[in-house]
Amino acid sequence: MDNALDACEEAQVLPDIYISIKKTGPEMFRIIVEDNGPGIVPKQVPFVYGKLLYGSRFHQIRQTRGQQGIGISAAVLYAQLTSGIPTVVISRTGAKEPAHQFEIQIKIETNEPDVISDKVVEWDRIHGTRVQIEFKSTMSAKKKLLEYLKYTSVVNPHARFRVELDDESFTFERVSQEVIACPVAIQPHPHGIEFGQLKRMAAASDEKLLDFLVNGFSRVGKKTAQEMCDKAGLKATVKVNGLPAEELKNLLAAMQSVAVPAPPTTQCLSPIGEDLIRRGLDKEFQMDFVSARTRPSSVYSGHPFVVEAAIGYGGRLEPEGNAIILRFANRVPLMYQQGACAVTECVSNVNWKAYNISQQGLPLGPVLLLVHVASTNVPFTSESKDAIASIPEIEKEIVLALQDLGRELKTFLSRRDRNKLAEDRARAVCAVIPEIAAKVSEIVEKPLVDTTPIEGRLMKKLIAKKWTTDGNVTIEVNNYTSSDVEISVYDISADNAAGADMPPAFSTEMDGQFTKVWKMAIPKHTVWRVTYPGKGGGMLDIRGIEDNKKMVVDLDV
Amino acid sequence: MSKEELDARAMKALMGIASAWYDQMKGGEIPSISLPTRTKYNIEYDDASEVWKYGDKESLRTAATAKTATHLLKMAYVIGFVKTQLRENRSSTLREMYYISEGWKRAKFGAQDESNFLVEDLEIISDVPREGFHLRPEENGASVYGPMRIREPTRRGPKLIHCQDDVGEAGYSIPNNVENLELVDHDAKFLIAMETGGMYDRLIENGFDEEYNAILLHLKGQPARSSRRLLNRISQTWNLPILVFTDGDPWSYRIYASVAYGAIKSAHMSELLATPKAQFLGLQPSDIRDYNLPSDKLSDKDVEALNAELTDPRFATEYWKKQINLQLELGLKSEQQAFAARGLDFVTKKYLPARLTEMGVI
Repeated sequence: MDNALDACEEAQVLPDIYISIKKTGPEMFRIIVEDNGPGIVPKQVPFVYGKLLYGSRFHQIRQTRGQQGIGISAAVLYAQLTSGIPTVVISRTGAKEPAHQFEIQIKIETNEPDVISDKVVEWDRIHGTRVQIEFKSTMSAKKKLLEYLKYTSVVNPHARFRVELDDESFTFERVSQEVIACPVAIQPHPHGIEFGQLKRMAAASDEKLLDFLVNGFSRVGKKTAQEMCDKAGLKATVKVNGLPAEELKNLLAAMQSVAVPAPPTTQCLSPIGEDLIRRGLDKEFQMDFVSARTRPSSVYSGHPFVVEAAIGYGGRLEPEGNAIILRFANRVPLMYQQGACAVTECVSNVNWKAYNISQQGLPLGPVLLLVHVASTNVPFTSESKDAIASIPEIEKEIVLALQDLGRELKTFLSRRDRNKLAEDRARAVCAVIPEIAAKVSEIVEKPLVDTTPIEGRLMKKLIAKKWTTDGNVTIEVNNYTSSDVEISVYDISADNAAGADMPPAFSTEMDGQFTKVWKMAIPKHTVWRVTYPGKGGGMLDIRGIEDNKKMVVDLDV
Repeated sequence: MSKEELDARAMKALMGIASAWYDQMKGGEIPSISLPTRTKYNIEYDDASEVWKYGDKESLRTAATAKTATHLLKMAYVIGFVKTQLRENRSSTLREMYYISEGWKRAKFGAQDESNFLVEDLEIISDVPREGFHLRPEENGASVYGPMRIREPTRRGPKLIHCQDDVGEAGYSIPNNVENLELVDHDAKFLIAMETGGMYDRLIENGFDEEYNAILLHLKGQPARSSRRLLNRISQTWNLPILVFTDGDPWSYRIYASVAYGAIKSAHMSELLATPKAQFLGLQPSDIRDYNLPSDKLSDKDVEALNAELTDPRFATEYWKKQINLQLELGLKSEQQAFAARGLDFVTKKYLPARLTEMGVI
């Protein structure tokens, strides 16, 4: 799947990916992954699938999901060892080209592809690739798999995933129609290079040392290159492909000790962007509040990186327990070893209590945190690529992003609490106090005390109330403000308001719900009232006045 | 106070609350009520009456939020309910009132606790015990056995009862409302209130009441209000020594404290419910040592509770400091029935006579 997404990005098409997992026997499963990417030229297919470490992107310095070329060929090998069934690959590179179907295995002794069959077939896709692998497995990780797809969909909002698991099918729809820009490869930075890479580059070059440094590395000018030559004790004119390993080592040390400006970051990285993260999260998690932050790009040990984070609150999130943490590296969800990951450590290190969120190590409550680290070389703690290593430069960026989002969430929460308080007060004053008045008047055996003066004094607003008694619905609008108002009352319920003592200006029906609208002018400190036979319920709204000057209370609730 | 007087006082107090709210609302004010803060930080020792009472920290409850407004609404409904009960001369249990509130719509109680708490609030505000509202507690009172006569008004007319001659072996059951109980006369030297039924039965079976002219009272664990009120009245009316005999662990010492000094939950009623003259008989930590009683190790919670008692003003006497520190040193606790290890007669023949002599009671 990661390969499919990478391929679509390179070809600048909106990914449309199909995944199918079917049980074919006891503990045997057939996996199909199909994409609409650019396809693979037939000559290359056997190598991509049938040779370990055939990484097409191994030496490129840009942000990609896959890197070393281990994943897919390892899967082919695993299938071969557990089921003995060869992997079937169909690929097509364009409308004018026919689709090719291969059956592939790996010659284990030599790590060379073993093509069992290769034939031209009919295929409905114009371009794309389809891989069918059959191996031994279980469905115990089904929940994790669906989570993986859901999270992948969050950070790839331009992609559509269709999934068939046994007999169930799921679709993760795309919310963005924009093709994301494919990251452009840059030259390696002298501070971010390893010996093996330098040796390979040197061997492949016929340039002189100075030119090799200037042309082969980013941000190295003639002056800097000369400084490196001097430090390494090498002549600027020496041919690099003749340098012995010992001298290359000196050269590498010199390259890394000379000050070089940070590598360019804009083209080689492809952050998701604040807007798309928000849309992606909105799509998969229904929350009350979402905010995202893309930090400016930065560099560690010569590798450009950018940190993105998002925070979500409320809605359908679990109100109790630890916050959900979604971790991504180059748009790939990290599913395992949450505890060992630098992201988790950063989340724990932020003082969430300062943002009105409870915390026990991790923040608690209906909180979702997303952290995406994009880099030309994401530092993982191990080869399984489950957890991001603790790199101070990256951690600093993560913490800054989270703090920034925490502040935004705090603003949201305090505004929400203020609204809640105002609503709570309105409910007390408009609904409960009249009931206290009724009961108390009954106890002391005196006439019913009128509580509208209390309302008016406290609220200084336009107050609309609706209640039902003896089969009659009454709507009352009190203008406690200090100015005359012209407003409309919208009353939506199952009652049609026939027989109202004041007929609505208009009334429409939809699915058994009637929308009744009254328009009127209410001078200050006066009351407008309508009564009609009905059952009440539904919803009431006032339009034509600012939100902070009105209060709507349904007394039946 | 007679029943009629109490009823009249209750009615007047409740109507006073309702009238105050009526006047507040008539004047365009949000109804409110002020109550003492009901936490242990607002409990003070009253030198004159020698009991613990609420201090003068008050909190004002104003119906300005949905929560407090609903609380006041519930209070209004309870007042209305009690008014009807008083007028019709009926009574109900707290639990019955909780079920009756089902029909009160918005004023309905969420849980039994809520109605109990609200009734306590009303007791505090009106200075009338709940018996005056014709509200009965759920659990029945404990029992008493000994040379005393009481007159109980029953639905079949007043009954004169001798608490040895006219009752079975289980004793006289203390009614929920002891206000109307008349303490006629007695032939007792002292009263022992016991935590466990086992010890109560042991003393009756061994004839301890006859031999020493003792009134025996079974507290049934944490004592009910009616038991505490009866102890208070016996102490005041007959001026008899009151002795409390419990297990030898920190939780049982608190039973003694609630009899002698009152509980936080009912600090507003301390003058009626506490018996400051009550003395602690045992089981003392020194008894565990002196009689080498079978014992259990103190748990961490026990140790915690003992340490809390060391800082509790109610236990701030030389006697308690010595006993509690001794217990912490021993690291042991014993039940009062552990005396059985020395024979069934040991407690009545040896321990109690010795201890009562030491206390100067016999």
